[in-house]
Amino acid sequence: MYKKDEFVLFTWNSKLSASRKQQGCITVAGKTLYDKLWEAHLVDQRDDGSALLYIDRHLIHEVTSPQAFEGLRLAGRKPWRIGANLATADHNVPTTLLERQAGIEGIRDEVSRLQVKTLDDNCSSTGIMEFGLGDERQGIVHVMGPEQGATLPGMTIVCGDSHTSTHGAFGALAMGIGTSEVEHVLATQCLIQQKMKNMLVRVDGELGPGVTAKDVVLHIIGVIGTAGGTGHAIEFGGTAIHSLSVEGRMTICNMAIEAGARAGMVSVDDTTIDYFHGRPFAPRGEHWDLAVQAWRDLVSDDDAVFDRVVEIDAAAIEPQVSWGTSPEMVAGIRGRVPMLADMPSETQRQGLQRALQYMGLKEGQALTDIRLDRVFIGSCTNSRIEDLRAAASVVKGRKVSGSLKEALVVPGSGLVKKQAEQEGLDKVFTEAGFQWREPGCSMCLAMNADKLGQGEHCASTSNRNFEGRQGFGGRTHLVSPAMAAAAAIEGHFVDIREWGN
Amino acid sequence: MQALTVHTGLVAPMDRANVDTDMIIPKQFLKSIKRSGFGPNLFDEVRYQDEGQPGKDNSKRPLNPDFPLNQERYQGASILLTRENFGCGSSREHAPWALEDFGFRVLIAPSFADIFYNNCFKNGILPVVLPAEVVSELFENLYSQPGFELTADLEKQEMRTVDGRSWSFDVDSFRRHCLLNGLDDIGTTLQSADKIRAYEEKRQVEAPWLFAG
Ligand code: SF4
Repeated sequence: MYKKDEFVLFTWNSKLSASRKQQGCITVAGKTLYDKLWEAHLVDQRDDGSALLYIDRHLIHEVTSPQAFEGLRLAGRKPWRIGANLATADHNVPTTLLERQAGIEGIRDEVSRLQVKTLDDNCSSTGIMEFGLGDERQGIVHVMGPEQGATLPGMTIVCGDSHTSTHGAFGALAMGIGTSEVEHVLATQCLIQQKMKNMLVRVDGELGPGVTAKDVVLHIIGVIGTAGGTGHAIEFGGTAIHSLSVEGRMTICNMAIEAGARAGMVSVDDTTIDYFHGRPFAPRGEHWDLAVQAWRDLVSDDDAVFDRVVEIDAAAIEPQVSWGTSPEMVAGIRGRVPMLADMPSETQRQGLQRALQYMGLKEGQALTDIRLDRVFIGSCTNSRIEDLRAAASVVKGRKVSGSLKEALVVPGSGLVKKQAEQEGLDKVFTEAGFQWREPGCSMCLAMNADKLGQGEHCASTSNRNFEGRQGFGGRTHLVSPAMAAAAAIEGHFVDIREWGN
Repeated sequence: MQALTVHTGLVAPMDRANVDTDMIIPKQFLKSIKRSGFGPNLFDEVRYQDEGQPGKDNSKRPLNPDFPLNQERYQGASILLTRENFGCGSSREHAPWALEDFGFRVLIAPSFADIFYNNCFKNGILPVVLPAEVVSELFENLYSQPGFELTADLEKQEMRTVDGRSWSFDVDSFRRHCLLNGLDDIGTTLQSADKIRAYEEKRQVEAPWLFAG
């Protein structure tokens, strides 16, 4: 039924581009997962093309919410449905035990302290539930939500943070919003939206050993580019995606925004349903049965129509390392930094040159030759328990390279931290020379004290390698937890598939 | 949000193209947890001679005497006349917040950056696009006539001078409606409150677990 029209897209890793296909599409009835989620939440379709979409869950954090709360107050408004909101502080919190022990008052940076305090005050005055500092449920908003079952399949989920796409991993429509929209959702429980287009990224086949969800999504971004999903909701499908745990699917959907898509999603299967069973906010008893019945329908129909389809061969995906200043500047671990002469256009040549200069790399340099100064294992992309287990299994019984200045492990939530400690993972990390920190965004955006110095290279399990993202002049390389862990031991990148055997 | 139907006011110049939102309100002020109070730091880097910081007493800072907004003749201005691509760069809503807090209700330029343009309407500011020649003519009038005023008529979608010249401008109907009636997006959405409630009632039957908390 598909009209195939192979098109040529520039990719940074030309060797891998052969595995990419793009297909145009034709008209058949049938609904995509996104169509279904959209229709189930449509409150009003207006004549001017905009629609009012109902929001089931609004997650709130300290950085993008203060003005929204103030706006509500100035207008004399109250939250529409208090129970639909859930807050936690994550972006701006310190991660050392010393600073965290005294709670909000212990935050040394005055401006940060006020921001965290303001969230606390706003939540108490409106009655919104907050997992504050010191609460074991506190953590990165996108780790905390699913962990609590506060974000569920079939929900519309928004947060003043672009990585809200994470929650699409379990068949939800989840999107980042701006501060005005935060206020709009608080006040009306709705969002004014225009429907996006449908895109399917299908990854079929078996992933090779040592290849993780992070490698899959970095590879996808390398193939479709950082604007590849612009204007679309991306559904990630195929056997390789469904073979992943819900945590792995979250890693993939988390980075949908890095492919330009405001929303990413994976359809519901048994793995999804099992994941939510028994979580604190998940439905129970009769409600659980009803919910499961409804969730079973959260899949795209067989004859659903996508505006774009991209097919990826899982077996061709290698462990990935980003070498540049955009997530699409990524390659397999055995790859090299591209050559200037190979760039198809002058704009791209200039882009490469700028990236090389910022990153302090040479064209054609092998990725395994990149020397590292710091390693960061954390962020909403890779700070869940399975990420920490993967990293710990690599470092167990080994030592962090003496050439590193710092190696950090920052669990995504207090509960992840507790679980890891019960499993003895903290010991594995600290004995190897890693620091074991308190939960938060930490070095992912360097709003707190966890930062790269100028010119320092970091193997990071986070999601953005933009200039200055992890600190002024800092150089980020995006990798999986296992790749970051192995790089910490060696002081440079290694191919996890061959290493340590 | 304040409604705007017909606004007459003193015009001040910001005679440069590509004024970005960083210039409108520099980054150090985004640490603020407030939406208000940015007016004293509007155009901070060109308005003062020293570096601004949150918490600094702006009344004690040395002013740049060449900057129009510091000059006597433009005190009380509520219409800003500027050049192409005003509001480019970062999407910070702090930019319209600062303009509004300073007292600007109408901006006139040959073009505006998209996000900034949107953000203005959310904050009761009318950005008016006029042809570059008209903008140049208005700059001449402004410099040669102290106390130069303009009238922006949103109802008629018309910009008028005191001496009877006028130019029409475009605004899309949804935004115009909101601004004429002083409705922000929230106000508009709340006009559909019954529909939201009806949706919730229906949804509560279909998916009761979503409302259990
Ligand atoms: S971990 Fe990083 S990407 Fe995720 S919410 Fe925090 S700052 Fe944003």
